[in-house]
Amino acid sequence: MNVIRTVLIAAAVLGAPLATAQTAPKLKVGLMLPASGTYAALGTAIENGFKLYVAEHGGKLAGREIEFAQVDDESDPAKATDNVNKLIKRDSVDVLVGSVHSGVAMAMAKVARDTGTPLIVPNAGAAAVTGSMCAPNIFRSSFSNWQPGYAMGEVMALKGYKSVVTITWKYAAGDESVGGFKDAFEKGGGKVIKELSLAFPDVEFQALLTEIAAAKPDAVYTFFAGGGAVKFVKDYAAAGLKKSTPLYGAGFLTDGTLEAQGADAEGLLTTLHYADDLGTPRDNAFRLAYAKAYQIQPDVYAVQGYDAAQMLAAGLTAVKGDLSKKAEFNAAIEKAKIDSPRGAFTLSRSHNPVQDIYLRKVVGKQNKLVGLASRALADPGLGCRM
Amino acid sequence: MDLGTFLIQCLNALQYGLLLFLVASGLTLIFGIMGVINLAHGSFYMIGAYMAYALAPWVTTTLGGGFFTTLLLGLVLAVLLGYVLEWLFFSYLYEREHLQQVLMTYGLILVFEELRSILVGDDVHGVSAPDWLSGTIALGSLMTYPVYRLFISAVCLLVALAMYLVLSRTRLGMAVRAGSVNREMAQSLGVNIGVLYRVVFAAGVALAVLAGMIAAPVSSVYPGMGGQVLIICFVVVVIGGIGSVRGAFVAALLVGFVDTFGKVFFQEAAGVLVYLMMAAILLWKPEGLFRQG
Repeated sequence: MNVIRTVLIAAAVLGAPLATAQTAPKLKVGLMLPASGTYAALGTAIENGFKLYVAEHGGKLAGREIEFAQVDDESDPAKATDNVNKLIKRDSVDVLVGSVHSGVAMAMAKVARDTGTPLIVPNAGAAAVTGSMCAPNIFRSSFSNWQPGYAMGEVMALKGYKSVVTITWKYAAGDESVGGFKDAFEKGGGKVIKELSLAFPDVEFQALLTEIAAAKPDAVYTFFAGGGAVKFVKDYAAAGLKKSTPLYGAGFLTDGTLEAQGADAEGLLTTLHYADDLGTPRDNAFRLAYAKAYQIQPDVYAVQGYDAAQMLAAGLTAVKGDLSKKAEFNAAIEKAKIDSPRGAFTLSRSHNPVQDIYLRKVVGKQNKLVGLASRALADPGLGCRM
Repeated sequence: MDLGTFLIQCLNALQYGLLLFLVASGLTLIFGIMGVINLAHGSFYMIGAYMAYALAPWVTTTLGGGFFTTLLLGLVLAVLLGYVLEWLFFSYLYEREHLQQVLMTYGLILVFEELRSILVGDDVHGVSAPDWLSGTIALGSLMTYPVYRLFISAVCLLVALAMYLVLSRTRLGMAVRAGSVNREMAQSLGVNIGVLYRVVFAAGVALAVLAGMIAAPVSSVYPGMGGQVLIICFVVVVIGGIGSVRGAFVAALLVGFVDTFGKVFFQEAAGVLVYLMMAAILLWKPEGLFRQG
């Protein structure tokens, strides 16, 4: 171990003069994403999206060549602080990008606050990232859990539903999503008559489905993702509830899960900041380039990775690649209009996208666009003081 | 809660309890009777579920299909896997400390998860139930119940009965019980413990794989699914009393009822109720409900 360390130090010392000899040193981006475990596929999509944007610009942003340092965060919050420190201290990255899991992203945000390293969060929707943990150097290219929930609350209130039961996992993402839904739905005149929840990641829904059947609400709002989303949608249909009580959800209910859900997902309505067929020239160009580069269709996670790179580029361009001008760099991202495949967005005061939320319907194996659920929706950013 | 809802919740509890027993039954054999702490039990369950997903299309095209053909093929593969694993790894563990067993079986979890990722990928998959079991029956006007869930319950009861009969009524069962109480004594009385344990271990793996294959259509198939069932399986075996199949059966039903009604009445605490019950039972009976020997 000591030998390796000595060699590394020697290499670093020898390497230093070489680096300064170049005109513009490479900019090191630390990608901290899951490469194993449940969220591995999401991590890959984000990485692909980010690298696609960099590749489209010849491997350079604002004239500086981009180089990557990567760590598999395993979606494990317990290892998160160590992993961030590895990127900052060992790899001395200039910018941090990550992650999918909210617990990991919170640990990253804490380190970013302490060290001042710019951080762009390409997925984790926890309110705190752009709420109580917010900082001038922390940005998010994805969404807050509150956003799709709030948009669905507006949609369902407009549809004239009066009583709704909500069901989710009892953890931050679920609570925040249902909270957003409740805010809008009750403002629109409806009432949440029962809030059901179960411990994460329990997937034994049968008892709660019976409760839903007994409560006889007009409709159900839900937040589930991944394996839980698949099982919930199938169990809901098998219990005969799909016919009697319409099911609505945040978009994660039907994203990346449609193959497994099969016919049971057909016709479900969900809200998210992206759909599979937006049909805008910007999105078409992105989808074509992505499919060409990786031989698979992009998803919402790929878009979020792509936009994280766009946000970094916006900041770098304003300071001509000189990251030491921190205040200008941060201000430029804050003011930037990001030309995202999802539709252009700006950032809120707490650095979360102010974006359109779409209403989508499952048709075949796609989340097809139905219409706009909420225009330019901004997360309230509660608890953020900058 | 009216009577109709209450009865449906009882059915939910019973059905969940029986499924738990099926999943935990293999662990009862391996942990309860052979005394090996097998953390990889959840992985065997996962392997079963992925077999149900991956084998079914192949069986349909090459062997003409059939739900039971797939099950049978899966079971044969499981017995082979269990036999080989016991021979290569577990047979060296019986005399070792529990910590070493934990280390090795934890290693197996990592290996199986990685193999799963390489062979099948990290996506979530659905498995469809056979057509003749995919209907639903109406429970009053309130809701419907999938026939497949009732089928699972029936399989669980059959497995429970078969395990009980084999262990208590056959020569093999007698040898297994003798071996679990005192290895050396059983060996000196002419029981070939080495072969016996290999068979029992293979049976334990086969039960876990069976549970995974049977449960796949209702649970769907996803990475990390083994880890979730592992913990609840240990709860069932520990509450029931190590080494007791009857205990595991009672404990599984108990967990089913506590979990179901906990979710209905004490939502905030639903996640911990089962563990509170385990703690209470262990305070009252430190050996579990039906500890043998």
